[in-house]
Amino acid sequence: MKILRDTSLIFDRQMRLLLRNPVWVFVGVFQPVMYLLLFAPLLKRSLNVSSDAEAYRIFVPGLLVLLAIFGGLFQGFGMIAELRAGIIERSRVTPVSRLALLLGRSLRDVVSLLMQAVIITLLALLFDLRVFIGYVLLAYLMLALISLMTSALSYGVALIVKSEDALAPLMNTVAQPVLLLSGILLPMSLAPGWLQGVANWNPFSWAVDGTRALFRGDLGSPDVWQGLVIMAVLAILAVVWAAREFARSVR
Amino acid sequence: MIETRGLRKSFTSRRGREKKTVEAVRGVDLDVAEGEIFGFLGPNGAGKTTTLRMLATLIEPDGGTAVIAGADLRTDSAQVRRRIGYVAQGGSTWDECTAHEELVLQARMYGVSKSTAEERTRRVLQAFQLSEYADRKCKTYSGGQRRRVDIALGIIHEPKVVFLDEPTSGLDPQSRAHMWDEIRRLRDEGMTVFITTHYLDEADVLCDRLSIMDNGEVVASGTPAELKRTISGDVVRIGVPPQAVASAAEVLDPLELVTKLETHDDGVRLYTDDGAAAIPQILRTLDGADVPIGTIELNRPSLDDVFLTKTGRSLRES
Ligand SMILES: Nc1ncnc2c1ncn2[C@@H]1O[C@H](COP(=O)(O)OP(=O)(O)OP(=O)(O)O)[C@@H](O)[C@H]1O
Ligand SMILES: [Mg+2]
Repeated sequence: MKILRDTSLIFDRQMRLLLRNPVWVFVGVFQPVMYLLLFAPLLKRSLNVSSDAEAYRIFVPGLLVLLAIFGGLFQGFGMIAELRAGIIERSRVTPVSRLALLLGRSLRDVVSLLMQAVIITLLALLFDLRVFIGYVLLAYLMLALISLMTSALSYGVALIVKSEDALAPLMNTVAQPVLLLSGILLPMSLAPGWLQGVANWNPFSWAVDGTRALFRGDLGSPDVWQGLVIMAVLAILAVVWAAREFARSVR
Repeated sequence: MIETRGLRKSFTSRRGREKKTVEAVRGVDLDVAEGEIFGFLGPNGAGKTTTLRMLATLIEPDGGTAVIAGADLRTDSAQVRRRIGYVAQGGSTWDECTAHEELVLQARMYGVSKSTAEERTRRVLQAFQLSEYADRKCKTYSGGQRRRVDIALGIIHEPKVVFLDEPTSGLDPQSRAHMWDEIRRLRDEGMTVFITTHYLDEADVLCDRLSIMDNGEVVASGTPAELKRTISGDVVRIGVPPQAVASAAEVLDPLELVTKLETHDDGVRLYTDDGAAAIPQILRTLDGADVPIGTIELNRPSLDDVFLTKTGRSLRES
């Protein structure tokens, strides 16, 4: 099928460029590792849990979701460079599928996120985190959906604003409340009632709850399917919207 | 091969509360024949790129119609894309990729198999004398090499029509001459080539036919020779000090041999049937009126003279 073929064409190129310069892996993993080393030890006491392992089981899923959100939201920057170099325009005069122009890039972002997530999970194992592999894979599906959504969103916005100067504050403004209201750093169960009420409207807080349930080994929890469904629906909406921006974008 | 009627486009930009509308292209009619090099000559901001981007399906026209290689731009942009190539003014290569990678990807975006793409890549690399650098990253190329890659990218799928937006801007004279040869070769292979330029010599020497564009409108069209013939006779430019321009015009205008006269800051320009015969009389007249003569120059009319007659400005100055 044309869309699959075109997507793999774009994905291949993006992936090759990514692997050609592997510094990003270290950069991408450095910050989360700092959180693991320097922030997580504070948690055992403040979360009132009995062991480090338990603290990590709460913190690592949040950290991974954080990575997925931020990693995705800032992908637009790379594409503004491509816009400037004329790459996007060159693609848009060919008959290549517009959806593929988006998906090829977003899927690269998903893959690079998952590579980081695997590294961080493995590191967390050194800190006594114990999880069931099947559940972790489901958690990775959640992360993939989040990163697909946020990167598509970022590309769509980048095509509209067309400049780093406009994209940076915009993305920061979106990211900050999302971060605070998702219970990423600390579970929202610690929050006062009104704050929990507000957080319920943040789709990412559902994703965090679902991912935490999976790391807990609680597959039956409604948090899991609710989180997955919400993320899947939003990812599809973001992809459809951003692909339309690719189809009509004007420099 | 390309036929447009009344093509229009305006841009609205907002700065704070103020809204500003630029009518970039205001009703352009073009007829480009198959297998010719057609040129769009005009100063900065004339609307050349905007017209090209409309024809290349990148922006939607506000009004008007266009049929390109038999496909209607409005209703069948997918077919238009299959039949054209487009090379942007600012280039289109990625620093970190090699020319080989870019060309293979470009060919494949038109739907051909990997082996066909490799085959075509090898062919255009050779035709554009790029084989030697093909596996080096684009950021290491010289301006001329990079421009050749851009054009190779635009024609790798063997389109019927290729649009080249300022193919030679920023190149040294030798690379420009080289690029002209490449462009002629494309035409000789049967492609219709549509270029934009603001170089007079390029329009004159390279283009089979051209349209002169100014301020969003086509002000004249034809072969370079036809356009120049619309200006009868020769052009004589006489350089005089600024304060003497008025008096020079006053004594020269009544002469019978002068068909038309224009004044400029640094002299006058007049049109006459036989320039060589006119010069002695011009000199005598100016001498008699005590007008100091700086320089005197006799030319066959150039495209610049055509532009000047149509717009009142010189392309050289703008
Ligand atoms: N996206 C845009 N938004 C607003 N104005 C635009 C846009 N694109 C072009 N214009 C304006 O339209 C006019 C025509 O621009 P265009 O790029 O077509 O000129 P050009 O003939 O290609 O000039 P040049 O020789 O400098 O390349 C200019 O005044 C330009 O500022
Ligand atoms: Mg231009």
